[in-house]
This record gives sequence, C-alpha cells and structure tokens, in this order.
Amino acid sequence: MSLLGDIPWDLVVIQSINGIVTGMILALVASGLTLIFGIMEVVNFAHGELFMLGAYIGVVVLTAGGSFWLALLSATFVIALLGAALQIVTLRPLLGRDPLTTILVTFGVSLVLQNYALWQFGPVARKIREPISGHFALLYLQYPWYRLVIAALSAALIGALYLFLRYGRYGVWIRATTQDRVMAEAMGIPVTSVHTAVFAIGAGLAAASGVLFGPLVGVNHTMGLDWVLKAFIVVVVGGMGNLGGSIAASIFISLLEAYASIWVSPSQAIIFSSLVLILTLLFRPTGLFVPTPK
Amino acid sequence: MTAQPLAAPLISVEQIHTFYGKSHILHGVSLQVGTGEVVGLLGRNGVGKSTTLKSIMGLVTPRSGRVLLQGQAITNTPAHKLARRGIAYVPEDRRIFRLLTVMENLRTGLDRPEVGEARRKELLDKVFSYFPRLAERRGQAGGTLSGGEQQMLAIARAMMLEPKIILLDEPTEGLMPRLVGQIGEIINALHHEGVAILLVEQNVPLTLQASQRVYFMEKGMIRHEAPAAEVKIDDPVVRQYLGV
Amino acid sequence: MSSTHGKIYWTAFLVIIALLTVAPLVLPEFWRRFLTEILIWGLLAMSSDLLIGYTGMVSFGHSAFFGLGMYGAAAALLAVKPPSLGLAILYGLAGSAGVALFVAYFSTRLRDIYFSITTLIFAQIFYVVIFTWTEVTGGENGLSFSRPVLGLAGIYTVPFTTTTLHWFILFVVALSYLLLRRITQSPFGMVLQSIRENEARTRAIGYPVERYKMIAVMLSGLFAGLAGVLYAVQNRFAAPDFVYFLVSGEVVIYNVMGGIGTLLGPIVGAAFFLGLREFFSRVFPYLAAAFNLPQIAEFPYLIPVGVIFIAMVIFLPQGLLGFMRRWLNE
Repeated sequence: MSLLGDIPWDLVVIQSINGIVTGMILALVASGLTLIFGIMEVVNFAHGELFMLGAYIGVVVLTAGGSFWLALLSATFVIALLGAALQIVTLRPLLGRDPLTTILVTFGVSLVLQNYALWQFGPVARKIREPISGHFALLYLQYPWYRLVIAALSAALIGALYLFLRYGRYGVWIRATTQDRVMAEAMGIPVTSVHTAVFAIGAGLAAASGVLFGPLVGVNHTMGLDWVLKAFIVVVVGGMGNLGGSIAASIFISLLEAYASIWVSPSQAIIFSSLVLILTLLFRPTGLFVPTPK
Repeated sequence: MTAQPLAAPLISVEQIHTFYGKSHILHGVSLQVGTGEVVGLLGRNGVGKSTTLKSIMGLVTPRSGRVLLQGQAITNTPAHKLARRGIAYVPEDRRIFRLLTVMENLRTGLDRPEVGEARRKELLDKVFSYFPRLAERRGQAGGTLSGGEQQMLAIARAMMLEPKIILLDEPTEGLMPRLVGQIGEIINALHHEGVAILLVEQNVPLTLQASQRVYFMEKGMIRHEAPAAEVKIDDPVVRQYLGV
Repeated sequence: MSSTHGKIYWTAFLVIIALLTVAPLVLPEFWRRFLTEILIWGLLAMSSDLLIGYTGMVSFGHSAFFGLGMYGAAAALLAVKPPSLGLAILYGLAGSAGVALFVAYFSTRLRDIYFSITTLIFAQIFYVVIFTWTEVTGGENGLSFSRPVLGLAGIYTVPFTTTTLHWFILFVVALSYLLLRRITQSPFGMVLQSIRENEARTRAIGYPVERYKMIAVMLSGLFAGLAGVLYAVQNRFAAPDFVYFLVSGEVVIYNVMGGIGTLLGPIVGAAFFLGLREFFSRVFPYLAAAFNLPQIAEFPYLIPVGVIFIAMVIFLPQGLLGFMRRWLNE
C-alpha cells in the first residue's frame, strides 16, 4: 500500500495531460508516415525533416509578420509540395525495386534536408510564439491553454483526414490503391498520381505538426531526429499501415514516456518505448492495436 | 484455321509475345473481338489465357507485337487510361476491394468526372436491377460477401466503367451450378446492350452457348478459331485442347 | 578460383598493400591520418557488408558495435596501468560481442524493414545509455586516455608513431579482410548467401536460419568492435557521438556507394565518401572567397554528398565496385 502512496499523483495527472498533448502531435506525424507506408511500402526516413522544415517555415512566416494560422497553412502547403516533388524525383524511379532502397534514399534525403536547414537557419534554435496565451489552474500549476489547443487541433486534423479517407471520393481512391494497387489501376485510378498525392498529404501533416509543436520547444535543425524514431516506434507498434492503430499507439507511447519522465530523465524515457517496440515485435509483430493478424 | 479477319474490330491483338521475367508465356498471340461481340477463349490451365487478358488490359506489357483498340495502338498504354477508354477487367480471383463496402467498390468505377449525378443514379439502378443481392448488401464490406456475390460485384464494378468491352477471366470458377447459369444470363444481357466480351473459361458448354466465336489456345499460342455454332461439345477439337 | 584469376587477384592485393604501406612515409601528416581513418571506417563498413551484402540484412545498428568496441578499449586503457594494447583489444571485442549477442537474439527473428528499424532503435538505446550514464561513460564528454604501446609488456615494447600506428592498423584491417573473405567463401558463407537469395527456401532445405543469422550478426559485430578499438587507440578518446544512429547510416552509405557484397567495396565507399567530404569542405570556402559569396562558405558538405548518394542509389545501385562483385568473390 505504501507503494501506491509513493506515487506522486499530482505529477501523474499533469503528465497524463502532457502525454495526451504530445501524443496527439505524435499521432499527426505518425499518421502521415503510416499512410505512406500503407500505400506504397515506403519507410520515409525523411519524415522528421519534413516536420522540422514545416516548423521553420512557420518561423519564417511569423518573423515576416504573419499570423500563426497563416504560418500553419503556409507550412502545410509548401511542405506538401516539397513532398510531392521529392516523391516524383527520388521515389518514382525506385518503383519495383527492393523496398530497402527506399529507406536508403529517404535517409539520403533526410541528411540533405537537415543540413540545408542548418545552413539556411544556423544552429541556434528559434522560437515560435504561442498563438494563444493564458493559463488555467491545474492543481498547483499554471497550465497553458495553448497546449490543449494544439491537442484539439491535432485531433481535428486527424479527424479531417479520417473523414476524407472514409467518405471523400479521392479517399476511396487512396483506400482502394492501398488494398490492391493493380485492380485500382484496372478501375481507372491513376495510381502513380495517387502515390504522389498521398506522399504530399503525409508531408503536409508532418509540417503542420511541426508548426503546432514549435511553441513547445525550440525550432532547430535536429528536431526531426527524435521524432522520426518515435514515429517509427509508433507505426510499428500500431501496425504498419493501420491509421487507427498508430493513433492509439501514439497516445500510448506518449503517456508511457510522460509517466516514465516522472522518475527518469526525458531522454532516457525512450528506452521504455523501445522496450514496448521490442516486445511488440517479438509477440505481436503485426501491431499491438490490430485486432487479429491479417 | 482462321475465319476472315473482321473488318473493323474493336480489339485487335497482333502477334504479341509476353514475358514474366524470363518466362516466355505468349508466343505470338493474335486474336480479334468485334464491337458488341462475345468471344470465347478456351484452353487448359497455364496456357496463357489470363496473360492474354492482362496484356490487353495493359497490366503487363508485351515485349513485341501490338494491341489495338478501334485501330489505335494501345500496347504501351497504362491500365488506368484503358479503363477510361472503355476496357474493363474482371480478374480470375475477382479481386474486389475487400475492405471497401459494396457501394465503395462500385464507386471506384463510377466516380468519373464525365458522369453526372443523373447518369450515376441510372447506372446504379441498372446494376442493382441486374444484381438485387448487391443492392441489399450495399453497405457491407466486400470481404464479407459470399464467393458468388463477390463475382457479381466484380462484374458490376466493371459495368460502372460503361465499357465497350469486358475482359472476363473464368467467372464461373468455384461457383455453384445455379450461379453459373446466372453468369450466362448476365453475359447475354450485356451482349444485348452492345457490350463486347472476351470470355476466358474452362466451362465449355457455357462458353459455346454465350459466344459468337471461340478461340482455342495451347502453350501460349492460338491454335484454332471457329464460330461457336459450329463447335459441338463432343468435338474432337474440344477434347484436344481442353481434355485432360 | 582459376589460377590466372588467382594470380591477378593476389598481385593486385599485394600492390595495394605495398602502396598503403609506403604512403605514410611520403604523405603529409594530415593525409596520413586521413588514410588511417579511411582504413578504420573501411573496416567498420566491411563488417557491415557481411550482413548487408552477404546475408541480406541491412543493419542500422553498427554504430552500437563500433561504440562498444571503442568504450571497451577505453575501459581497458583507463583501468589497467600501463595501458595494454592486447587488453584493449580484448575488452573492446568483448564489449561489442556482448552487444552483438543482445541485438542478434532479438532481431534475427525479424525480416527486412522490421529488422532494420529494430537495429536502429537498439543503436539509439545504447546511445541514450552511454550518454546518460555519466559516471561510467563520461556522458556527453566521453572519455580520454593515453595510447598504449605496441608489443608485449615485459618483453618488447615501443611507442606508436603516426607511421607505425598506421602500419599496425593496416595490418589489422588487411588481416580482417582476409578473414572475412575466408568466411564468406566458406560453406558457412555460402549458406548466408543462400539466405540472402531466398530465406524461405534455405529454411525449407533444413538449415537453422536463425542460428546462422545470429552468428553472422556476432561476427559482424566483432569486426565492427575491432574498428572501434582501433579508433580509440588512434584518437585516444571515446565519445557518444559515434554511437548515434546517424553514424550507422553513414556506414550504410559507404557500403552502398562502394558496392555491397564485395568486402572491398565498403572500404572504397568509405574512401570515396570521406574524400568527397574533404573536397567539398574545401571547395565551398574557396568559391566563397573567389566569388565573394560569403554565405556559401559554410555550405555543408553533406548536401552535395547526400545528393550524390541519392543519385547513386537510383542510377548506380550496385555501387562503384559492383561490376567487380563476381570477380572479387571467386
């Protein structure tokens, strides 16, 4: 019983909310990654860099006097275009080759993008100011409203993605192509263009996450690295290609790390999520949140 | 062996050689399908009937030879463009989108920019009148349908493209006899609407009844062609190319 | 191996060794060290080729083996006075073997992409542990120590000079190459290649595929650890940066650029990459000064090198030595 008394419940409450907030952003990043993998079996190593460049575009727009919302829109749009261009130039030529070549190529792209950001913006971290200031009292803390707003926005974006895929005309195209590329083509769906569009959507989502996450930490050319690892863990644990699974896994992993941070340093918290990954791969390799292996 | 070539065939396949990797599957296949004609392609397993259909559909590209649609070369045209130009494909294992609903499966063919609201409703009504079972199950996921219903859905989905020709690969495989009869009726109905059909089958009686002409294929080549009416089920030709 | 093939091969081998032996005598200090570094990274890349090129397993975890070799050597050189070369090698290999066993056990059940991602995550776990366990590993700052002497304590020792160190490292790398070559051409190596070609069929024939994979990972880890030991001896420090997964990524780049499945390709790939690095690091400041464009002085070398790498994956996937792959393996 004394063990239960040792648990700092107030920290648990705070970390629960923190975990959900980061979890929603991670879900947004991971959904793009899992969408891309599901439809074209590409493990997009450069996804973290798209996130990072999105945040930087946010910085640029804000510095030029634009509003936060303009920053969010521009970053999403510009990086979506960049994503489309990258897919056409570097991934289309690899169609039909060993899927591991896509990891190599996207790794190369990530190196280029990371170093470009370093050169363009320098090593000093930039700040994105929160669009909504103000706090509310959470236990003994003043908890910023902004954090709840980003969680809500991320959820909204994911919800929009879900609705688009479920009911939109092009959503049906994307789902059909993901399930059976050959028959989708035989039904008149321009599969090559769908691949590019999905990559662009994934990139745009990553960029949006970057801008949303910006105010929480400094914007810096290495910010993509941590996220790409976490996103990979989430996508595998959630079941590759499974959108609902990766959202559930994002929340799960983020909560796990948030609670772990009560006792260990945040950089060590990743060991816990890695453990979950290992256990998942050993015992339920198709994903923890997938009902039955297909 | 051959009858006179058709004057203005809808589909003309000329001496195509198709490979899967290093395997030489089609050794110079030539055939024709006229507008609105039902043509049968008979032969044992593995002679290249499906590969012929895939070569026409652009899912696999012949290394040499030509495929023509209404006189225009389509040998290298990708499948999605051909689907828009009037060739529909119903593959051997049906391959409906299992995780999409019946309605969504149909929409993959129906959602074309040139199809207005009114025409969409017309097409759906028509297909549901052909396949009332599908209407009942329109909200169900494709994977939950029975084998026969999936076959109906695969054909219905192809009809959504308003095709000039449907490439039908072994539609009666694994179906109960009652359903086999239904397939025959559907082929007749489509024929009356002016849709051409290239029917690959192992079910000889159905093929002879439904088609105007039949080709016999063996080892990647067309060996014999005849009007369906002139071929009897116990014909030596049939035994030669289809007998075990 | 036909006898003319053998003659050409061994003649070429001896010529190259001779050149590499003479090189430190004529090269300026900087390039001497550069050449030695190429050998060390080449050894690391070669070790990963055993997995990538011969068994078909792309590992992003080699930075962990390298790092543990490095830290293992550091531990020996700090713990025992006077610092002993032999002990450093022993500790380093033990460290990397331990990590390799751990990684091997968990990841050999996994296929393809899952294997690669898992090795990546493992490398990061080790990075985090090393980075945060400051009491033992020196954390962010790493460990520094003095270089051991060459020879057996009590019998004959001589301190290393840059040149003799280079010869020592050349000796170790050349020996490793010959050993790895022997391994890949042995029946064991043939099974590995068969796993690469068609794992299911190899399993169906009756080979215990997991066990072979585990041994391959361990061997690969040992040679990678050896590279780590050499690095520690040459540079006299160990730092967590080398355990970061980006290092593993670069190693894979060396492999792909040079040509996988050739053993020599990765060394050539390392030389190519590091050479490009030096080239671009000098070219941009030069152009900036020449054309008065100060902003490109700091243009990162990884941008053009990254682009070259991407282009090579798309257009030259067999790598620089790919065309020699058959010949080198006979």
